[in-house]
Amino acid sequence: MSTKLELERVTKSYGDVVVLDEVDLAVADHDVVCLIGSSGSGKSTLLKCVDLLLPIDSGRVVLDGDMISGPDVDADLVRQRLGIVFQSFNLFPHMSVAENITLGPRKVLGVDPAEARDRALGLLGRFGLADKADDYPDRLSGGQQQRVAIVRALAGGPELMLLDEVTSALDPELVAEVLGVIRELKDEGMTMLIATHEMGFARDIADTVCFLDQGRILEQGPPERIFGEPIEQRTREFLERIISAGRL
Amino acid sequence: MDLDRSRPPSAVPSLKRSSERGARSAIVAFVSTVAFFGAFAVVVVNSEAWPAFRNQFFNGDVFVDAWPIVVSGFWLDIQMFVVAEIAILAFALLLAAIRALRGPAFFPLRMLVIAFIDLIRGIPIILLILLLGFGLPALRLTGVPNSPLFWGVVALIISYSAYTAEVYRSGIESVHPSQVMSARSIGLTQTQALRHVVIPQAVRNVVPALLNGLVSLQKDVALVYILGVREAVREAQIITARSFNYTPYVITAVLFLLISVPVARVADWYTERDRERRAGQS
Ligand SMILES: Nc1ncnc2c1ncn2[C@@H]1O[C@H](COP(=O)(O)OP(=O)(O)OP(=O)(O)O)[C@@H](O)[C@H]1O
Ligand SMILES: [Mg+2]
Repeated sequence: MSTKLELERVTKSYGDVVVLDEVDLAVADHDVVCLIGSSGSGKSTLLKCVDLLLPIDSGRVVLDGDMISGPDVDADLVRQRLGIVFQSFNLFPHMSVAENITLGPRKVLGVDPAEARDRALGLLGRFGLADKADDYPDRLSGGQQQRVAIVRALAGGPELMLLDEVTSALDPELVAEVLGVIRELKDEGMTMLIATHEMGFARDIADTVCFLDQGRILEQGPPERIFGEPIEQRTREFLERIISAGRL
Repeated sequence: MDLDRSRPPSAVPSLKRSSERGARSAIVAFVSTVAFFGAFAVVVVNSEAWPAFRNQFFNGDVFVDAWPIVVSGFWLDIQMFVVAEIAILAFALLLAAIRALRGPAFFPLRMLVIAFIDLIRGIPIILLILLLGFGLPALRLTGVPNSPLFWGVVALIISYSAYTAEVYRSGIESVHPSQVMSARSIGLTQTQALRHVVIPQAVRNVVPALLNGLVSLQKDVALVYILGVREAVREAQIITARSFNYTPYVITAVLFLLISVPVARVADWYTERDRERRAGQS
């Protein structure tokens, strides 16, 4: 199986604060890798660095054999190959659902508007949102907005999806519908790198779980091992905190 | 927003009573207003100075003479206003957009725009009108219009654009950075993100402030009278200089009021509606 994404000794700091400290990480084709770790451990930063929304200080990011970090890379071109979804949806409030989804294909890929809309409707239908195409985001529930955000990220036909705590801003009863969409993507073979606080979900869906601690990947492996018999003391402490908070 | 749902049923009778009270106070307000201004008018009209005052500002003969001339001058004011306003809205948006571009490649352009805005905002508008309106035609450059009217309007456009660019800028800054990040994440370039995501939201956020600028420009077009442009104020001034009577100025004032009061009301109405819409959203 070939490698879709590879990070080599990726380092990122804000001033004196080192947020990512020589991170090595590989995501194989069609695999789902979950990033877990306490707040501030660097999960969001890592995902944004992969999407080139933040510049890295040193190291390499390789996407499907292409080096995508560094000054000579056309970041806009790379971002078309990746889809990212944020905790806070960030839909464009002045556009309808369909316009949100077709903006990228129309303006970036030059897809004909009618065709872009057809494809958007197809995607919306698959995720149970067919009747929402012409609504504006403020008319949708949080769960619906987040599913639209996922569809928007999918519309450009990404090779890899990056999901940053996509259920954290949702009411508990809305979490399941969004997780369902992600499961469906996995079944279709989408490669995904997912930062999450939902440990049950991570155990369920991940091929590999990475425990991030103070900007370093302290431990990684199959979910059964990370959740069942963690080696590192700090992983154990983290999981105990999660369990006592009732989240596992 | 649905306040009624949270209101206890017992509040309904008192609501009815309060609407009766509202009707009564409206009648009181109306009667007292009529009485007050009526008494004021009686005092003024019966005062010793009234006939002279009326002759000076409301002279019927002068009115008949001046009206068509001042009205035709006012038509020029309206044309200047429409042309200038359209140019200002577009030019100011361009300035604000350039100012919002990030990255070292745009640094020189950005600095140029900032210097331009600071410079223009630091000069009294009347001075700019004099400088351009008299200065440039005096150069007699070939291929450049020589009319004071043209340069007067250009001066208005330049001056108002500097202010309006700052209005747009506040709108652009009010759009959350996560919107830009989302736009970039789906592959849009910086300028595409600005064009399709930031500016539409920014403009919506500053419509009330833009309307304020519009109300003020509608009056300020008259400033080009100083260049001798024969718009309403200039025409009124000419007649007044000849007749020693101020009725033409009153005509001019009424003409400006006929436009500016409705525009100000519409601007207020829109601002209020916009505020309610926002309150309803959050
Ligand atoms: N713009 C910034 N400037 C300075 N420090 C920052 C900035 N953004 C993030 N950080 C710091 O970087 C560290 C990692 O942040 P990050 O958002 O990646 O953590 P996270 O693992 O996603 O946390 P959470 O689970 O709360 O989302 C934190 O200590 C944070 O304070
Ligand atoms: Mg985070």
